[in-house]
Amino acid sequence: MHSVMDKPIIQISDLDFWYGESQALFGVNVAIGPHRTTALIGPSGCGKSTLLRCLNRMNELIEQTRMTGQITMNGHDINAPDVDVIELRKRVGMVFQKSNPFPKSIFENVAYGLRIQGLKGAELEGRVERSLRKSALWDEAKDRLQESALQLSGGQQQRLCIARTIAVEPEVVLMDEPCSALDPTATSKIEELIQDLKQFYTIVIVTHNMQQAARCSDYTAFFYLGKLIEFDETTKIFTNPGHKQTEDYITGRFG
Amino acid sequence: MTFQRTKRDWQSIGLTAFTATATAAIVGIVLMILGNIVWNGASQMSFRFVFGGTREGMFEASRAGVFPMIFGTLALVILMTVCVLPVGVITAIYLTEYARAESAINRLIRGAINNLAGVPSIVFGLFGLGFFIQFVGGGIDKLFYGGELHYGEPALIWAAATMAVLTLPVMIITTEEALRAIPKGLREASLALGATKLETIWKVVLPQAIPGILTGSILAVGRGAGEVAPIMFTGAAYYLAHLPTHWTDQFMHLGYHIFVLSTQSPDVERTKPILFGSVLVLLMLTFFLNLAGVLVRARIRRRARFGHA
Amino acid sequence: MNDVAQLPESGVRDLPDAASIYVNVPDPVQSTERPIRPLTRRKRRPLEWLVEKAIFLVSLSAILLIFLIFAFVGKEALPVILGKTDNARLRKPVAAEEIPNISETQLAEYLGLKPGELKNYDADTLKLLVELKGQELAQIVDEDSRVNTTSWRMMFQPHQWADYDKPQYIWQPVSEVPKYNLVPLVIGSLKATLMALLFSVPLGVGAAIYVSQLASPRWREIIKPVIELLSGIPSVVLGFFALIVMATVLQNVFGYQSRLNTFVAGIALGLAVIPIIFTIAEDALTSVPKSYSQAALSLGASPGQAAWQVVLPAALPGVFAACVLGFGRAIGETMIVLMASGNASIVSGSILDSCRTMTATIAAELAEVVFGGNHYRILFVIGALLFLVTFVSNVIGDIVVHRLKGRLEGRT
Repeated sequence: MHSVMDKPIIQISDLDFWYGESQALFGVNVAIGPHRTTALIGPSGCGKSTLLRCLNRMNELIEQTRMTGQITMNGHDINAPDVDVIELRKRVGMVFQKSNPFPKSIFENVAYGLRIQGLKGAELEGRVERSLRKSALWDEAKDRLQESALQLSGGQQQRLCIARTIAVEPEVVLMDEPCSALDPTATSKIEELIQDLKQFYTIVIVTHNMQQAARCSDYTAFFYLGKLIEFDETTKIFTNPGHKQTEDYITGRFG
Repeated sequence: MTFQRTKRDWQSIGLTAFTATATAAIVGIVLMILGNIVWNGASQMSFRFVFGGTREGMFEASRAGVFPMIFGTLALVILMTVCVLPVGVITAIYLTEYARAESAINRLIRGAINNLAGVPSIVFGLFGLGFFIQFVGGGIDKLFYGGELHYGEPALIWAAATMAVLTLPVMIITTEEALRAIPKGLREASLALGATKLETIWKVVLPQAIPGILTGSILAVGRGAGEVAPIMFTGAAYYLAHLPTHWTDQFMHLGYHIFVLSTQSPDVERTKPILFGSVLVLLMLTFFLNLAGVLVRARIRRRARFGHA
Repeated sequence: MNDVAQLPESGVRDLPDAASIYVNVPDPVQSTERPIRPLTRRKRRPLEWLVEKAIFLVSLSAILLIFLIFAFVGKEALPVILGKTDNARLRKPVAAEEIPNISETQLAEYLGLKPGELKNYDADTLKLLVELKGQELAQIVDEDSRVNTTSWRMMFQPHQWADYDKPQYIWQPVSEVPKYNLVPLVIGSLKATLMALLFSVPLGVGAAIYVSQLASPRWREIIKPVIELLSGIPSVVLGFFALIVMATVLQNVFGYQSRLNTFVAGIALGLAVIPIIFTIAEDALTSVPKSYSQAALSLGASPGQAAWQVVLPAALPGVFAACVLGFGRAIGETMIVLMASGNASIVSGSILDSCRTMTATIAAELAEVVFGGNHYRILFVIGALLFLVTFVSNVIGDIVVHRLKGRLEGRT
């Protein structure tokens, strides 16, 4: 037993969330363990992406949203008035559903976050190379670093987005259905990557794909209509779910 | 049963005939106008005409030149762009990136901008004379020159300011469109990497929006080069012996020159070659300004696509 | 984690405690230990703060400037609109004894002085000035001089002037008694605009139907830029062309009397409006979903029938909006009418007569007016009127276009 284990890195307590008048999340409680991959599953519109976007406060960018409850990271309330949201986002990175590389070169994409932190020269290049290696893109990209990122294939683009995210060395990486627009080969590459990255980062992944959740996550949270129905070890959820709804969903009876 | 046509479809034939005639008429008129101008103006084109001055006689076809008008038009357009570009871009950035999209104030502002874009250009002339020259210029004179006339009369700077106000809505609207066309995902990606809003705008949004901003500037410049009504009272001069040297000087303008030559010429037949020549120069000037803009835009687009942005 | 109350009734079960479930998952092989860092406090970024404030200030001033234009034109026109101006040269004389009874401002106005200047005169001089004014007024016998020509009535209703045999609408701002009747100008503007629309609507809409529905893609690619070329021609060039070339040609063809008239100006104005009508109508026609015309074609209609019976009715509001916006553009156009219309301010229904539009009046007269004078203010009233007309036509056009697009795209 490890000491950090009983201290989840992120603790979500009694989270309610509204878009205008409509409530999207109802009293959600989840704990995210360090260096674990947690999958959020559930039918469309169940609030899993909303929850994910609460963790690095991306929901603030949408007008007329409101939340109550508490999200703590390492015991600190991330919504406290004195918390620097920019700093939070550096520590909680995000990979989006649709790969969104900047229309810049491959190198500049990975260097973007680092340049913002003021890195230059050899250190910058080293960090870029390390991130590309970590995201298994180095061999494919090392000879074309100055080419536009938009020349890469869809799967490569998504791995580039992962490389870009981990270049700033976050503690937590949020992934919002990262494979939903990719073919099976590219998907399996990213799943492998997720397995590898677990040793460095805490990963929270939203997915529609049940097999994906089963393959690459340690814990799974099942959401339905904005409520957390079940949260447990992934093996447990998939072999012996505690709720009928969970069972119905994972066996494909609805959703 | 065969697939032969059983009866003539008169409705279709009539419509096609009418609309094709209308199209041909428009195209014909355009080509006729341009052809006529090029045909009559080409004989006047010479190095001396384009780069010569008016001191030798403004109404003498063999000696008059239009360089002072070209100079004045370019000076006006450049000054105007310098005024309108930063203000228009910054305002568009504020409206798209900072202001709340759904607020009533924002809707009011947008409505005002849209309506200003449709206001007759002569009204801007009224505004320029009353506000810039009499109020602002007169105010500057009263404050700094003891009432002596420096800024309180028609001048290059006031004509440029008036044209800047005239083109401001176009500038804002096109820049806003360019900014809105940038996928939200890019902004989110930048913010999620820990960039601040301003860093995101500066490093991700603006570089992407440059082609659109350029389009707006081109539209503004094209309008600035050809629009005459607003500058008639705010700075354009009928005749000047010298090129303007300061922004409080008046200037000669190709469009205004065309107006003067066609309505106030002592002998229309004798000045016709100058007139056609000037029109051709104005058309070529607007054409080249537009062409330059299109080329720059294409270049930037290409660069943006292949990295090194 | 006690969330039971929130859970649906089926299969209620306590969620495992976070700590207890983590124990069961094996530790990652190679864990990079990191010290727990607290979230840093909000950083101050003075440069960003400054830049963002600057952005706000610049936009605020730009927006204020935009509103200022509306306000300024209104402000300069306001005294006339509110009826506060009075330019009647002959009025009731003030007797010298009445001086103490009237206010200083009234007195100053009566004597044609600025209010501050009164202090420079002592009581005797004032008395003398009032008597002189009385004598001056007594010498004016002209009936026309009694009229305040800046009043609403005089701006919009006919008046029986001394030298005319019946009430007339007259715009004659530079004369002994300036006459500011706006009706000839409004009629002039409407006449030129209607002529322009009569010319440009059939051509513009016809071309839009042809290009969007009937032309082959290749022709479309050729025709559209040519029509766009027309919108790039500065209006002063169109004015020049109408004045120097078209006027003579049209006069030779139709053999009418005055060379410059509403007809010539209207056609030139129509050329300026065609690109607008074409672009908006073409846009409306293209935004009609392809499925409409395909449905018609599959039922055996010819392309022409599909365009006429299906596409055009669906896009009709857009075509209407194109005409309204074209109207707004035509009535606000200055240089063309200034150069080609002849600029005579006469009230006449004939398109073969000359006309003087509101815009051309401002353009022709603004250079010579006294700043702040009645003529100046009346020109601003015309400006405000133009403002209003274009505003209304733009709003109507925009609303119609938006509604149409919304309907065709299936919104509402």
